[in-house]
Amino acid sequence: MKKEEVPQDKSSLSSIKMKELCYATDEKGNYTTALSTGWEPKTIALENSIQDVNERIEEANQNVKNGKASPIVYFMEVHKMDWLTLSSYVNMWQWRVKRHAKPSVFKTLNNKILSKYAEAFEISVEELKNFKGN
Amino acid sequence: METNFIHHQSAHCENGVASNLLKHHGINISEPMVFGIGSGLFFFYLPLLKVNHAPAISYRPMPGSIFNKAAKRLGIKVKRVKFSNPEAAQKALEENLKNNIPSGLQVGVYNLTYFPDEYRFHFNAHNLVVYGKKENNFLISDPVMETVTVLTDKELEKVRFAKGALAPKGQMYYPIEIPSNIDWENAIKKGIKNTCNDMLAPLPIIGVAGMRYLSRSIRKWPVKKGVKVANHYLAQMVRMQEEIGTGGGGFRFIYAAFLQEASVILKNEKLKELSLEMTNIGDLWRDFAVNAARVYKKRSNQTDVYNSLADELLKLADLEEAFFKKLKKAI
Repeated sequence: MKKEEVPQDKSSLSSIKMKELCYATDEKGNYTTALSTGWEPKTIALENSIQDVNERIEEANQNVKNGKASPIVYFMEVHKMDWLTLSSYVNMWQWRVKRHAKPSVFKTLNNKILSKYAEAFEISVEELKNFKGN
Repeated sequence: METNFIHHQSAHCENGVASNLLKHHGINISEPMVFGIGSGLFFFYLPLLKVNHAPAISYRPMPGSIFNKAAKRLGIKVKRVKFSNPEAAQKALEENLKNNIPSGLQVGVYNLTYFPDEYRFHFNAHNLVVYGKKENNFLISDPVMETVTVLTDKELEKVRFAKGALAPKGQMYYPIEIPSNIDWENAIKKGIKNTCNDMLAPLPIIGVAGMRYLSRSIRKWPVKKGVKVANHYLAQMVRMQEEIGTGGGGFRFIYAAFLQEASVILKNEKLKELSLEMTNIGDLWRDFAVNAARVYKKRSNQTDVYNSLADELLKLADLEEAFFKKLKKAI
């Protein structure tokens, strides 16, 4: 990549005036560094991921609404977590967390366990318990 | 308290922290030099391990390995400590700052408040330097940022004790022993040899063989997983290759910069030629990202767009195989 080819496209970085450092060659072919505001193919890839996250949140939302999943699943998606990450935050085995994703099991959870989840999601136990889907 | 640490922006966090910490200790080492000596160029494809709901593809080795290898080859001793107790972790850090020791930390990205929201995901192998504390704020030098920033006690504790895969466990590290004489030539040669062996490894998931394996998988994705999932996988691959930290082209440009620097130190003209060749390969990786972006943007569902991407990747694997064979011979 030549220095003058370092892309200066709009991205989510430009909104907070953040620039990233790239390595590129100058007119003599020697390596130097240059700042980039963003690159379109990357921005599209990032948008794709964000869209994927949003679709997962909406799906979880519908599942909670229809009684197919417990609020844990919804907040897990909101926080971009997967089972592994969530189970590590609440310090429980994955199979146990997955069980708590069932509405019938979720109803029976005591406050001690619920507060672990609430803490991981940075919400109150009440908010977690009373979430019925948007 | 504040140490007289100087912040330099870098492309990749781990090289950046390493280079900045070593510069603080009087060793003038550039980011590409750390990357090359620490054998930072790598490739692996682990289809069964899912990251962000897509197969794990990485253009770098395990976190910590670049700095560890570079330090070992330069004869520098680095102390690493992990903590189970956040209070002890903060105390140890403050103790270091009192003794004028800027310290590297492994942190999770999700709760880094100064990152744009879009970039905050559960990635736990980010690195930064704490170089001081003023009132309740830790003074932070995050090498991917243009300037220094601050985090409160609470904020720093949160990122140091992020959970999930590769949890940092408060890990803190700093050089404790610097040799008076550094054997640069030997360190560079060791770094290059290691990289050549990695990239040419006879294992199907690593190096050029890993690229070929991935190329075969890309052909199958649209049929086996559907277009939507296939596009998500491709987007994730491009993010790993080009996202903040790689310096573009999946680290290939940083590596080319390293080879150029190395050619001067080793007085080896061949390495300069190879640096040019690596730059061209990096440009081809950029082309691959552009073409992949076209596929996932248009959401075209023909199978041959995936085949043509797979062909492109196969060509890159061939070029890199030839490249690393030549590089191995050149030193």
